[in-house]
Amino acid sequence: MSLDMGRSTPRFKQCFTSAFHRAVMGLLALCALTGCSPSDPEPTSSGTQLLTKLITAEQYSNSLAYIFGPSIDTQVQFTPIVRNEGLLANSLATAGVSVGQVQTIQGIAATVASQVMDIEQRQYLVACRPESIDGPDEACATQFVSKVGRLLFRRALIDDEIAVFVEQASAAAEELAGEELNGEELDGFYAGLEVVLEGLLIHPEVLFIIESAEPDPSNPEQLRLDGYSLASRLSFFLWNASPDDELLAAAESGELLTRDGIERAVDRMLESPRLVDGMRAFFDDMFVFNEIKTLVKDATIYPGFTTVTALDAQEQTLRTIIDHTLNKDKDYRDLFTSRSTFMSPALAIVYGVPAQPGWASYTFAEDSPRAGLLTQVSFLALTSHPGRSSVTLRGMALREQFLCQTVPQPPPGIDFSVLTNPDANYPTQRQRVAAHLETPSCAGCHRITDPIGLSLEQFDGAGGYRLTENEATIDATGALDGFEFDGAIGLGEALRQNPELPRCLVQRVYSYATGGPPEIEARPTLNYFNEEFAAQGYQLRNLLRTIVLSKAFSLIQNSPSEERLLAAASSD
Amino acid sequence: MSKWDRRRVMKGMVKGVGVTVALPFLDYFLNGNGTALASGAPMPERFGTWGYGLGGTRKLFVPQQTGPNYDLPEELASWAPIRDDVNLFTNGHAIRDASPNGNHFTGWVVSRTGIAPESGSGPSETIDLTVAKQIGGATRFTNLTATATADARDTYSYYNASTPNAPEWSPLAFYQRLFGLDFQNPNADEFQQDPRVIARRSVLSGIMDQERSLMETVGVADRERLDQYFTGLRQLERQFEQRLTKPEPIASCMPPGEAPVDVAMDQSTDSIKLRHQMMAELMAMAVACDQTRVFNMTYSAAFSSTIKPGYEKPHHTCTHEEPVDEALGYQLNASYFTRRAMESWVDFVEVFKKIPEGDGTLLDNVLILGTTDVGNARTHSIDGMSVFLAGRAGGKVKSGNHIDLNGGSVAQVGYTALRLMGVDTPSWGTLSNECSEVISDVLV
Repeated sequence: MSLDMGRSTPRFKQCFTSAFHRAVMGLLALCALTGCSPSDPEPTSSGTQLLTKLITAEQYSNSLAYIFGPSIDTQVQFTPIVRNEGLLANSLATAGVSVGQVQTIQGIAATVASQVMDIEQRQYLVACRPESIDGPDEACATQFVSKVGRLLFRRALIDDEIAVFVEQASAAAEELAGEELNGEELDGFYAGLEVVLEGLLIHPEVLFIIESAEPDPSNPEQLRLDGYSLASRLSFFLWNASPDDELLAAAESGELLTRDGIERAVDRMLESPRLVDGMRAFFDDMFVFNEIKTLVKDATIYPGFTTVTALDAQEQTLRTIIDHTLNKDKDYRDLFTSRSTFMSPALAIVYGVPAQPGWASYTFAEDSPRAGLLTQVSFLALTSHPGRSSVTLRGMALREQFLCQTVPQPPPGIDFSVLTNPDANYPTQRQRVAAHLETPSCAGCHRITDPIGLSLEQFDGAGGYRLTENEATIDATGALDGFEFDGAIGLGEALRQNPELPRCLVQRVYSYATGGPPEIEARPTLNYFNEEFAAQGYQLRNLLRTIVLSKAFSLIQNSPSEERLLAAASSD
Repeated sequence: MSKWDRRRVMKGMVKGVGVTVALPFLDYFLNGNGTALASGAPMPERFGTWGYGLGGTRKLFVPQQTGPNYDLPEELASWAPIRDDVNLFTNGHAIRDASPNGNHFTGWVVSRTGIAPESGSGPSETIDLTVAKQIGGATRFTNLTATATADARDTYSYYNASTPNAPEWSPLAFYQRLFGLDFQNPNADEFQQDPRVIARRSVLSGIMDQERSLMETVGVADRERLDQYFTGLRQLERQFEQRLTKPEPIASCMPPGEAPVDVAMDQSTDSIKLRHQMMAELMAMAVACDQTRVFNMTYSAAFSSTIKPGYEKPHHTCTHEEPVDEALGYQLNASYFTRRAMESWVDFVEVFKKIPEGDGTLLDNVLILGTTDVGNARTHSIDGMSVFLAGRAGGKVKSGNHIDLNGGSVAQVGYTALRLMGVDTPSWGTLSNECSEVISDVLV
């Protein structure tokens, strides 16, 4: 099936629908017999692994906000997870839940449930009215449990499951009716439902996104995600939340597993404002913004940099990215040279520009030393120490975050005393890091990091602009993979020209979407995405569309543990 | 900045528990000689850990004399009030065999697991959680973990390589978790049962009934993760059960009556010291109130980013870059950071020592393992490492000795601690770190 069809406009589709369908059906029939796909530019792929992923705190919270509305306070913090091949998201399929974490989540669940059943909120959030608030009402409890359970579990609950929860709600309603808590009498029905909702909110199927697969009807030897799992993969990727009612309905009816159905669903999701939530979460992960929470500067050295500055710096970069890639559909690579951004009062202090109240769009002047994300405070401050800049951290971050390269850790057992400069009074970083390059065991790696960082030296550890360090003029010449330049503007341009820049984004987006670092076998698929990305002008939304509509996104590798699914299907 | 006003807290304590606050351990709680509870059960044993980054400056850190009454070199000068409560082990190695030397990692991991981690691999179950399986099941929390660094990633406690035991990092949140709404004061006159707890327990047991069917839907590795989650649910169930019964009174339990105000997020030694003190006091009181019997505190991460305000290099960078002072022969600022860490270690031990229990103090009934990640800070060596052991473990430990490990594995101390806590294992650790003999010098 051609992906060109996927890019056709609705009008085009309307005109040619029936002819097209006939042709496609014919092709399908032919391909089912021969296993061919003559017009499909996507290389053959066995797909990705079937995963059991831990939901993130943000996804949990976003999902609850969709189900119960934004007025429910869900202050959620989960155990931090480790970064794996550039993304935290790559660890969600291996991260465990500790005993302490379960206790914390129970506490959150209790808070959320009590807010939902609060006398005001329940008028809206529990759609039905019980016959009496003092006791059980099976019909109303059934309605609530099936509706909320479906959204929380990301699948329709089966009757037996609903029956168990309703029975528990009824038993609790009888037990709790008239009981006193903190001097107030409990309403049996709602108190019973509240306890059941608490249980639903800590349920393993809510906290873990357990994917499941089924044989692909067009190739019964191959597995694919089932409808519900596909809906979850799409939704957590594009919206950073569980599927909404409409997406679940498409999964339930089987529509999502048809070509038209998934295209309709994907186009709706890509046009939704919720795409911003999804992409903010992705870039937050890719840009290592989890570090913002703990980013502090030495107040005696950088008095203008506060916790607000750190949070605003993150917000500035995310706003810049979303505006550039989604609002204006611009070339991803231009983010590293663009002078358009947004400014807040706290940031204006660091940037040394006039402040306006709140957030306002801002464009750096043509002669400004700032252009592109590398010159924003978020990148500069995160890759510095509390009291000074770091050329090595900056060079390493650029390679790892934007070019998907791995800079090795320092070799073990170095005697660092060889690095100790006898004269600590070198005025500039360039002189201080020269020692790295004089020592062979250090030079290998520092040669690929330090020349990058040195070109950003006109920005201090808080991201402020400077021309001198300790009264010595800063030499901001640097180099990146064969390009030599003077200063940050040149670095941004060199990075924009680097062919690895868009390839790295493609790799990160694909990992993030499918839940793990790409395997070596995925190389042809990634090459295909790269070509499409280039052909479509490096526009993010198009890249997302190509990826989620690819076979690679929804096919599942046949591994020993999944063979049972095929075996079960063939014995049916 | 209003922080931890002791007077206010003391006032709050009195207000909080009313008349039952009295002299520590009233006679009716105890047997005749103050070594056991009246029920005949011995004082509960408790185990804790404390961790900091970057070792010290060897020549300022390692005492000349071994045995009791050892000398306190400059970096340990602050230990004077607790020297006799601590066994100090020096000159231990984290032996890596064929494993790589994970910078800032191998050292503490060997001290806490006895196993040198493979490349790219996280720590296996750390000692505190092994001990928690032995002694942590009876209390509200199987263990408590906190960090003074305000960074929820800074922990030395791991369930397994992919499951860190995340620490509490905010004193306020820690207070709320320990002494907030769900706390049952064992000395309260009235016992109020939350009527919803029985219903909660029954919903929970309904979820746990689905364990088997859910396990069948996932692969082996994911089964382990789900199993861990269900272990969490079982502990939750135990908590619910505890909330249905009135706790036995505990005289030394005097919970703070007011919530603390969080310290600024910064990494300065002053903020960290204060945050550490606040969390240590909460933690020790949680132990005294028998809310947990296993506890962990991180003073600083292995890559310690503690700063000395106005000095541009944080602790870790400083150990690499600061020149050795030619006159003194050591790194002045690096040593400053070590001294601050040792002062907080003293604070930690003293918090336990100040809480009376039985005819002694809480410190008599705990054992606290203190570890770091390197021996000599400047070279980041994983030989010549130190390990601390504070407390007397219910009278089983003879404290106040300096013991030279003579280049043996630091895991020997961990193994000794495990055996003292009743974990009956013939050996601990792997390859050259495997230990099967306790260090008898510290046994009574």
